[in-house]
Amino acid sequence: MDSHSDMGRTSGKDTQEQTEFRQYCRDWLAQNKPGEPPVRLPLTALEIMTEAQMAYLKSWQKAAYEAGLVGCDYPESVGGGGRTGCQRIANEEMRAARTPFFPNLVGLGMAAATIYYHGRNELKERLLPPLFSGEHIWCQGFSEPGAGSDLASVQTFADQRGDKWIINGHKVWTSLAHFADWMILLLRTDKSHKYEGLSYFVVPIRSNLGKGVTVRPLIKMTGETGFNEVIFEDLEVDDGCRLDELGKGWQVAMTTLTHERDAGELVTPAAGGMRNESAFNATAIALPGLARNAERDDGTAADDPLLRDRIVQQFIREQAIAQNMRRSRIPALQDHPMRLPLQNKLLMSEVAQDTANLAMDIEGAGASLYVGDSNAPAKGQWPKSYMNTFGFTIAAGTSEVQRNILGERVLGLAKSK
Amino acid sequence: MAQPDNFGFGEEAALLKESARKFFADNFPTDQLHVLVATDPDPYRPVAAPWREDLWRQMVELGWTALAVPESAGGVAMPLSAVAGLVEEAGHAAFPCPLLGTLNTIYVLSGCGPEGEAALSAIAQGHAATLAITNRQGSWDVSRCDVRLAQNSLDGTAWYVQDAGKVSHLLVSAYDGERLCLYWVDVTAPGVTVTPDAIIDLTRDQAHVTFQNVVVDGQRVTEVCTDAVPVLKAAMPAIWTLLAADMVGAGEWLLQTTTEYARTRQQFDRPLGFFQAIKHPLVNVMIEVDKSKSLVYNAACAFDSEPDKATGYAHMAKSAASDMASFGSSRAVQFHGGIGFTWECYVHLYFKRQKHSQLFFGDGPWHRRRLALSLIDREAHAG
Repeated sequence: MDSHSDMGRTSGKDTQEQTEFRQYCRDWLAQNKPGEPPVRLPLTALEIMTEAQMAYLKSWQKAAYEAGLVGCDYPESVGGGGRTGCQRIANEEMRAARTPFFPNLVGLGMAAATIYYHGRNELKERLLPPLFSGEHIWCQGFSEPGAGSDLASVQTFADQRGDKWIINGHKVWTSLAHFADWMILLLRTDKSHKYEGLSYFVVPIRSNLGKGVTVRPLIKMTGETGFNEVIFEDLEVDDGCRLDELGKGWQVAMTTLTHERDAGELVTPAAGGMRNESAFNATAIALPGLARNAERDDGTAADDPLLRDRIVQQFIREQAIAQNMRRSRIPALQDHPMRLPLQNKLLMSEVAQDTANLAMDIEGAGASLYVGDSNAPAKGQWPKSYMNTFGFTIAAGTSEVQRNILGERVLGLAKSK
Repeated sequence: MAQPDNFGFGEEAALLKESARKFFADNFPTDQLHVLVATDPDPYRPVAAPWREDLWRQMVELGWTALAVPESAGGVAMPLSAVAGLVEEAGHAAFPCPLLGTLNTIYVLSGCGPEGEAALSAIAQGHAATLAITNRQGSWDVSRCDVRLAQNSLDGTAWYVQDAGKVSHLLVSAYDGERLCLYWVDVTAPGVTVTPDAIIDLTRDQAHVTFQNVVVDGQRVTEVCTDAVPVLKAAMPAIWTLLAADMVGAGEWLLQTTTEYARTRQQFDRPLGFFQAIKHPLVNVMIEVDKSKSLVYNAACAFDSEPDKATGYAHMAKSAASDMASFGSSRAVQFHGGIGFTWECYVHLYFKRQKHSQLFFGDGPWHRRRLALSLIDREAHAG
């Protein structure tokens, strides 16, 4: 039982193209994998804080893109690699090589597919290459103070003036907005229809700072920054920035969310697997060591039968997620094509949350000590990690919304309003 | 050896699973199961354990019981992942038959070397068998048993013997005073008494089997193994995995049946599934079924191609499936409401089968206790 970390990896049954591409990736990564980063990196792109971190990660994304490891399955006409089923291969090899992650998480994971499926050709050709290369960082303008789980109630409004649109409104929880060049933006063009009144735009952010766009940091419960609120005051954009037809914003947003929840076709080239001090994964593999070092009156936390059972349960749940992914590629072993993909985000976020919570229980009183305390076990990362997991169970559709989607789309139960 | 990405579940396995699904759906829908096994609700009724032996004979003729038998003994040696697919479908139908008992016996006999060949051949030719290796306490530690060999004859009682009324042979573990041995025993041999237990599960039969001066005559009673503990331990991952596969099939039946009810049953002018108090836990049941299913095929594949990981992964599969079985069956009764509490609603058949499977060959905590030894303590030993 020594390879829980590599079980999600697969290398069987590749096509000829995939086999060759995998070898190419391996060779390239062996030569070009970045060395130790000059700056401490956060756990994910969503927590990039400094210009130095961003600059380092951008240069890595650019190198990987130029080598053909990003946008592999997109057509060459939009700056992609023109391959089939190769992004997954590149992702697996980057993970195995423990590369850093890419900073353009929103761009690669959500904006690219949305623009590709819903944008005009001219827009795709202009926006996708710098998105893949990381030259342009993207952010997502969906949630508002009054529109969280009920996303379709967004109030940010675009008023048509000739072939221009004048945008006013307030977006929140906007990760990466302080670095962003562009934003994917869900807004309202008609106040009389809830769903049909929505439209979808791509808007330049950085070039409009102070000219109708204000970005302000929001502070998370951990005390860290990371996401922002974005305020639009009479921002003027061209009609050419609109995706799909007027009134089709909700359908376009569904494409974005499908990819955000990791269930879309063009698999997200998201993270590498480079480990460093601050890249703190909430995975069960850390728990046995933590438990053996947590002293109790009669031994250590590793001797406590209840904690032992909970630790093993986390190992089993993580293994099940990896095996779900493996089974989702075998049609004969599933009965609804979206049944496993739609569970993924829900499972990953809840398992990580329970693991981090369990880590605090293992640490006991020591878990009260936070990152600023030199006596804190594991440098106080577990309490921070636990709090941060709520970002994952709330963002991109709360766990409750995910259960509605699974109940309605997979089990066919009546829609809950 | 690495595991193949597709769990070793190829075209043949997919065909087998599909034809098994069709076989049970065509020949033995749930209403027939209910008519067959739930005739007499009286908890004090005499033990009957009715079954469709004609359908079982068809399954044997289709070669399903010979699937796991090694080629040397006249079988087809299909991988465990394919056999798990068959068992999943049998569990989905809650089909009363000695399939699991026979398969379990095959996996033990396969570790017995040449001494096990004759028994395996008998199974390949259509004989059904089951394991008689459990003591009165119901210990899942294979080294414990209440049967003794002295002066070349077996004495004592084996407990919790599954489908004992439907088999021609038993594979019995017994201490010869020093070591644990295995015996292939014809149930009609003199001194063998099969006493049916009055169990909750209507889809299985169970017995305790008493051995009274049963002579190891080399004919109806033969010794097949003189060092049984390692043999049984090596077979256990397959046995756990297959019972988990059965629970996955039954769990899926409970999920689908309860989902259908939640889509049609109206209360407060809405279908039940509109209410998140029903919808969300039903999604949780689906999640648990899916996790268990993925872990079952992973465990099966490990047994086939990565033996050093088979035990650990089978612990995971049986642990997850056991918890799923308990959770899913309880939600099925609860969400059917008043009707779910009655004998006429089919749900109780699967509820009872799932509770039985959950508790056999180790429940969730039992498997996790063992897994903890390798996951938590292993590193400690390694420093």
